[in-house]
Amino acid sequence: MSEKVKFFPGREISSKAMESGEVLTKYYSADLNYSWSTGIAVTRFLQELKQGKIIGRKCNKCDRVLVPPRIFCEDCFRTTDEWVYVKDTGVVNTYSIAHVGTDASRLKEPMYIAVINVDGPTKGMGFLHYLGEIKSEHEIKVGMKVQAVWKPENERTGSILDIRYFKPI
Amino acid sequence: MPAGREVAIVGIGASKFDSVTSGISYKELMYEAAVHAYSDAGIDVRNDVGSFICCAEDFWEGNSISDEYMPDQIGAKLRPLFTVCGDGLLGLAHAYMHVLAGVSDLVVVESHSKLSDVTSKDLVEDLGFDPHFGRIPGVEPKYLAGLEMRRYLEESGNTHEDCASVVVKNKRNALRNPRAVYGDNLSNQDVLASEEIASPLTKREISSPADGSVVVVVASAAKARRLSGKNKPVWVSGISWFSDTPNVEEMDLGQALYASNSARKAYEMARIRKPLTQIDFAEIDDTYAYKELQHIEALGLAKRAGKFVSSGKADPDGQIPINVSGGSLGMGSFVEASALVRAYESALQLRGEAGKMQLHNPKRCVVQSWRGIPTQSGVTAVLSI
Amino acid sequence: MATPRKVCVIGAGLTLFRRRMLETGKELSFEAVRMALDSAGIERKDVDTVVSGSAPDAFDGVHMKGEYLLDGSGAYRRPYSRVFVGGATGVYTPEAAWWHVASGMSEVCIAVAEEKMSPLQPHPAYAFWSIFDHDYERQLGTTLLWIFALEMRRYMAVHGIKEEEIAQVAVKNKKNAMDHPCAQLPANITVEDVMKSEPMVWPVKRLDVSPPSDGAAAVILASEAFAKKLTKEPVYVAGCGWNIDSTYWTDRDLYYPQYLENAGKMAYKMAGISNPRKEIDVAEVYDPFDYKELHHMEGLQLAKKGEAPKLTTRGITQRNGELPINPSGGLLGVGNPIAAAGMMKVCEIYFQLTGQAGKRQVKREVHTGLAQAWGDLMQYSSVFIMRRR
Ligand SMILES: [Zn+2]
Repeated sequence: MSEKVKFFPGREISSKAMESGEVLTKYYSADLNYSWSTGIAVTRFLQELKQGKIIGRKCNKCDRVLVPPRIFCEDCFRTTDEWVYVKDTGVVNTYSIAHVGTDASRLKEPMYIAVINVDGPTKGMGFLHYLGEIKSEHEIKVGMKVQAVWKPENERTGSILDIRYFKPI
Repeated sequence: MPAGREVAIVGIGASKFDSVTSGISYKELMYEAAVHAYSDAGIDVRNDVGSFICCAEDFWEGNSISDEYMPDQIGAKLRPLFTVCGDGLLGLAHAYMHVLAGVSDLVVVESHSKLSDVTSKDLVEDLGFDPHFGRIPGVEPKYLAGLEMRRYLEESGNTHEDCASVVVKNKRNALRNPRAVYGDNLSNQDVLASEEIASPLTKREISSPADGSVVVVVASAAKARRLSGKNKPVWVSGISWFSDTPNVEEMDLGQALYASNSARKAYEMARIRKPLTQIDFAEIDDTYAYKELQHIEALGLAKRAGKFVSSGKADPDGQIPINVSGGSLGMGSFVEASALVRAYESALQLRGEAGKMQLHNPKRCVVQSWRGIPTQSGVTAVLSI
Repeated sequence: MATPRKVCVIGAGLTLFRRRMLETGKELSFEAVRMALDSAGIERKDVDTVVSGSAPDAFDGVHMKGEYLLDGSGAYRRPYSRVFVGGATGVYTPEAAWWHVASGMSEVCIAVAEEKMSPLQPHPAYAFWSIFDHDYERQLGTTLLWIFALEMRRYMAVHGIKEEEIAQVAVKNKKNAMDHPCAQLPANITVEDVMKSEPMVWPVKRLDVSPPSDGAAAVILASEAFAKKLTKEPVYVAGCGWNIDSTYWTDRDLYYPQYLENAGKMAYKMAGISNPRKEIDVAEVYDPFDYKELHHMEGLQLAKKGEAPKLTTRGITQRNGELPINPSGGLLGVGNPIAAAGMMKVCEIYFQLTGQAGKRQVKREVHTGLAQAWGDLMQYSSVFIMRRR
């Protein structure tokens, strides 16, 4: 490696040293709490989900309908103009099959996740969600047509989870 | 070392400032500030700007890798953007370097606070301390401010009464600032009688949280001249930043070394030898009342800051008006954005657009920041017109 | 636009990369910086500014982590700042050091990147849950692997690329790492081993992924005048580029990293490079997952869209190939202490340019080398190009 330095520093800890208490750790647990303002655009998006509808914002300059909605168009850098409903059908842009959870532990049942491009005036707009009613993972394809399966109205809370998942159609 | 008139602030914009902004998201606050700043500078952000800088910390945002949430609402999609984990004035320092290094002749700096979204603010502050030595279970993290205040008053000979007069001045100044939400007419006694938080520090000597975003557009001299049809450029005549130790036990709590060291270099760049006569006003950190006194001294604006403030020399009609805007005590603490709020207010003064707060024909000011407990890091800038 | 001063790289330092290190983050930073100072043959008194890089505070559970790392980084009583661009931070930190010196604000600047991922329990992966949108993504139980899997699947679908082709990258890099003294996961494996390793988030399998690690790395940048006092033939910073795409990643086509093309063009323009495929002699591209190496080669214009797997199959990206990619062993082999891993790549290019890479030295003659990193919600890239005369 270096002409002047021949030795790379660093001391590895083995699992054994951790377990035997040869090295010490200090435990700290923090329960950080936030109440994020969902703001103008996302508040409406979530409220509409509660009604069983998906809404976007349209920019009249570039003619795009933005989903999830925002009050600004990031391309034109101007305020978006109007609210536009999009369909609750769409196509799978990409998908994957999750075998591990948030903390890297193994899941009992695999989860099917996908970026869904919703059907509407603008191609390629969408969001992350689950796929459901999948009989075999081989039936999932990029470009597959899907539709939202909603929770019953009385169980919806104004959340992305008001859609249970998207199913193949 | 670069000096003189090479880099200027050519546009400023701010969202509304408030103690709570629950109807709008942080992205929407940033968008509001950005629209104002680009319109003020008279630029087309999607075509003209070659570098964007945000100033933020993850735990204040509540997002890990919070820089990923910055681009769209300030016009930076598919553009060079980075986040500096520091205050807005440190962002301005990086913008200054970007201009001189030829990265771009037009740079945008953004910083914001959405403290009203952070329900466990004290816990976030606690997490700033050394995990092994600094965190005292069950003790409010502002204990360090109390320790520092006591040490500073002992060393400097300033009094608690002097600290109270800082609060009285800044909250009174804030009454004339339409953007300030913590204006008040108080007496020294009102301040001293307020609840003790970390003795000797009392509640009214601590700035209260506020929400808001500030965007500043920075340009090279050549670009500034081309844009100057609308606004007079506000020159960044000097800027420097400095950190002392992060270890509480080793800090020189009586001295604000980050301020004195960064000021020395910023003054050198701006060719300021006698700040007392060459500086027309100052917008400096007053997160806690004693900090304003400590910073006044570190910046060489007065030898005995307590007397300077209590005798009215720091008032809007005094020798060197300090925090005419109301400072953080009067406008609120915007954490990392506080420094950019100070720069925003300074630019308005220098451009003669400060309304009821307007000073008579100011030419040059010092703006200074501190990152808050438990740090000893800060930035000093000299702005001139 | 102002003309930047010429800036040189004068030293590099690197700690071991391991799953769990005894050193704290400060201590790791110190060891990397100390080694970099020693390799440059200078002392801290010669240094007038410091930049540090580190990924999310959530790993360490320390707010304002940059302030905490300050003294270990060599920044006690110095102008100091921490820059942050997610996973791209490691390659970005020396870029920040570059503009400190190029602007004339500094003569000698330390750039140090540190990552201590092991403190977070039960697993470092947990920190990544909070990189997702708090209003409509975290509710789904998101993990970092999801976005990689989704991007990898899209890349495969658009170009018709097979998992086996992608697996070749893991095989190459883990093998390269066998010659790296700091490496955490060097191995002699086959494509079959990768294919048979347990699926995590399909198409991502265990051996497609780099490991979480602890470690630190540093380089020192200086003005040309200062560098020439140390050596007759300094290594120059030739180009810096960076770029961010929209946060709304579900509205983008993930098959191609447009932001990287932009970052690359920015760096190539500064370096006066018009044909990167011919003019870059060696590249360390970001490979936290094996497909990312391919994806990034394409974004960097080192391969045409969809062509990178073929170049890999033909052996062009091997150490003895025409365009050696990740001769260090990359993140897949050396380990992935996020910011430190990016800086490790910068160190490797420096070692390659100065002929200090030992068994890892590539066969072709090296004049211009490139390091690249990637981050955020699949939206950020930083590109750093170095050159010797
Ligand atoms: Zn538009």
